[in-house]
Amino acid sequence: MRLEQHPILEFHRGRRITIDFEGRNVPAFEGEPIAAALHAAGVTTLSHSVRTHSPRGLFCAIGKCAACVMEVNGIPNVRTCIEPVRQGMRVRRQSAEHPPPGNPENFMPRFHEPETVETDLAIVGGGPAGLSAAVYAGRFGLRSIVVEENYLVGGQLIKQTHKFFGSRSHYAGVRGVDIAAILIREARDTGADIWTSSSVIGYFPEKELGVIRNGRYLRIRARNILVATGASEKMISFPGNDLPGVYGAGAIQTLMNVHGIIPGRRVLMVGAGNIGVIVAYQLMQAGVQVAAVCEGLPRVGAYLVHSAKLLRLGVPILTAHTVSKAWGNGHLKGVEIQAVDSRWQPIAGTEKRFEVDTLGLAVGLSPSVELLSQAGAKMCWVSELGGYVARHDEFMQTSIPGVFVAGDVAGIEEASAAMMEGRIAGIHAARRLLGPSTELDSLHREQAAELAVMRDGPFGEKARLGNQRLLKEA
Amino acid sequence: MNERVVICRCEDITEEEVLDAIRDGAISMEELKRVLRVGMGPCQGRTCGSLIRALLARELGVPVHSIKEWSRRPPLKPVPAGAFFQGEES
Repeated sequence: MRLEQHPILEFHRGRRITIDFEGRNVPAFEGEPIAAALHAAGVTTLSHSVRTHSPRGLFCAIGKCAACVMEVNGIPNVRTCIEPVRQGMRVRRQSAEHPPPGNPENFMPRFHEPETVETDLAIVGGGPAGLSAAVYAGRFGLRSIVVEENYLVGGQLIKQTHKFFGSRSHYAGVRGVDIAAILIREARDTGADIWTSSSVIGYFPEKELGVIRNGRYLRIRARNILVATGASEKMISFPGNDLPGVYGAGAIQTLMNVHGIIPGRRVLMVGAGNIGVIVAYQLMQAGVQVAAVCEGLPRVGAYLVHSAKLLRLGVPILTAHTVSKAWGNGHLKGVEIQAVDSRWQPIAGTEKRFEVDTLGLAVGLSPSVELLSQAGAKMCWVSELGGYVARHDEFMQTSIPGVFVAGDVAGIEEASAAMMEGRIAGIHAARRLLGPSTELDSLHREQAAELAVMRDGPFGEKARLGNQRLLKEA
Repeated sequence: MNERVVICRCEDITEEEVLDAIRDGAISMEELKRVLRVGMGPCQGRTCGSLIRALLARELGVPVHSIKEWSRRPPLKPVPAGAFFQGEES
């Protein structure tokens, strides 16, 4: 369902086109991804699972979880959440029964010699961390390539419609979506080459990346690499957890705030941290009913400024409750929650049922470390930072010289921290190539001091403790 | 009513199947991957990884940080095979 009116957002939709979904014409707007157009047309089952043919729908909406893969113009396994619509595009649900395209008997593959592109700094991920690094490295004359797998640049900033806190150098008072536009312009102005719809599929020594761009495989040979791949939404276990209608909270935010499409009519949100509570409030702004927010912990984790808005609107926040089951025939119809004791054991007789067509999961994020782990960077477990992260020093450099990390992949934190870490990584990529200078050193001190101030604040404790543990390990 | 608890969406593997494999002797994420194909689908374990680590830790009675990562290999993202080839057919 498309939003026509919104109290604070305006949607600038592109030209009206149609795509072909299994023989049926589906209206779409240029500039939106396939999965969004299908949602707007009421199609939420995007595929069927490989063994039991259970319906599957969108879950992360940012190209991480692959729950939305479909066959597009004959090519299977296309992530339809990050693939933009084109006039006349043929889309269908794939299943194990569909044979692969082409005639395998006549197929004699010959590998092509991939083109190799050289750069001073290859940045994997065009979110706040990656773009900030491009800006700071670019100021010292480094040429950088930002490889972004989405066709939209800006990472998760583009769905953050709230105004940021902090100081002026952290864009306080500016909405996330507008910060993204500023960073993209600054990165381009300092000479960064931004490759959209391009996926890094592997790391090869010495500092080479394999990339799929415009349907072709090529390599980037880089003097420095920054991995700024962000994080993915965590899943939880309960019967019915794979039904269409069960979304990561971030996916709801992307659908609603970026594409102006609401996921359903009535929602239960799981997780009363900032993300769960902010998304629940944004759903209400968009005219969607929020039945309740449930939270496994005995307390609300979100800032009071966010949770108070929900409580004023009469939305119950049920702490020490977890999802016990979800049901529906092809799409979510209802959810049951249950109170838990201090050891997370469900308490019999406390079940509550909600008739909802949408379940939002805001139960934490996992750093997207696959590339670092595959590259052989030393990893360690820091629960305060979201799980496995690459060890890094105060310059954001991993155990592999010249390979840096910044943003959520280095530990789950806010976008402001991602920007500061990205700047530090950009400064040190420049330092590695140009040698030390008083200008670089003073810039580093400035950014490191700002990061420390942020983490010293009342909401920075987890990141401060996590990073202290990480530096001790390095 | 759907009573299946899905752990790995890509390969369609349930919690029951993961627990059975652990009871059959699997003690690492790597072994579970080889026995069940969990984490080998298009998402490469981005969704199921943390669930599997938690199940292993609980069943083996060890802290989650002691459960080692599974190995990762390129390609890390779904890739059309044609990206590597020259020409169509020969």
